[in-house]
Amino acid sequence: MTRKWLYGVTLTIVLTAMWALLSGYGLKQPLLSLAIFSIVVTVFMTIRMGLLDGEAIPYWRLRYLAYWGWLGREIVKSNIAVLKIVLSPVIDIKPVVTRTPVSLKDDVARATLANSYTLTPGTVTMEIEEGGFILHGLDESFCGQEGFRIFERKVKSATGEGSE
Amino acid sequence: MDWMGLVQLAVILVSAALMLTGAGIILAGAVGVIRLPDFYTRMHAAGVTDTLGAEIIILGLILQAGFTLVSVKLALLGLIIFLTSPTSTHAVANAAYRSGLKPILRRWRSDENRGDAA
Repeated sequence: MTRKWLYGVTLTIVLTAMWALLSGYGLKQPLLSLAIFSIVVTVFMTIRMGLLDGEAIPYWRLRYLAYWGWLGREIVKSNIAVLKIVLSPVIDIKPVVTRTPVSLKDDVARATLANSYTLTPGTVTMEIEEGGFILHGLDESFCGQEGFRIFERKVKSATGEGSE
Repeated sequence: MDWMGLVQLAVILVSAALMLTGAGIILAGAVGVIRLPDFYTRMHAAGVTDTLGAEIIILGLILQAGFTLVSVKLALLGLIIFLTSPTSTHAVANAAYRSGLKPILRRWRSDENRGDAA
């Protein structure tokens, strides 16, 4: 399988770059043999555990960057909303548990969407079902269905093939 | 004072402001964990500390470190927190939900409900 080879080579390159970056020594001193040893062992174990597929390779796409930028703004906005509730003299909330339908099929897209709901304070994904997520909201104001739809649309366009 | 000195001073001031803001946000999150009524609502307050609080402090530290390897490591750290914190939050929430812990689902005011925090 040529795709497997591509994934293996990519993983090796990424691990080598990671090692060079985190060790801070570059690629030119005696510890290099240990680096090669650990990279080879890691790639070997990844193959043996059957984990070497498109999900295991940390590939990079520009659309993800745009999505993260948008998500960052949403996180800041909802953080401020939660902080306002928490620091107000009298806390006045109505917590809700709500179910939101999710039409995404791709695993990465579904995980991204669930993590995005959890990352924005005020909503936490409690349970993942076949056709939807169950969310807990700190207050009714965080759980508008149209807000959930916007998230889903953004994830759909960021991951591309994740939709039908 | 020359131009470089001014820029350095500005960077130090901005990064100090960012780190102080982050510390304040983390403090507010801790206050929220104490003030909110039940497990699920407290989880939201805890989420404030590890999304906005931690990331802002890391941003301030990156400004302190400048264009060095330390900055790259800090950025990686921020990315890892960004990816792992919702996963752990979901794991805790899912465990509580499956074991049957009932969330408070009525309107709750902190001045009327002293003592029913359980």
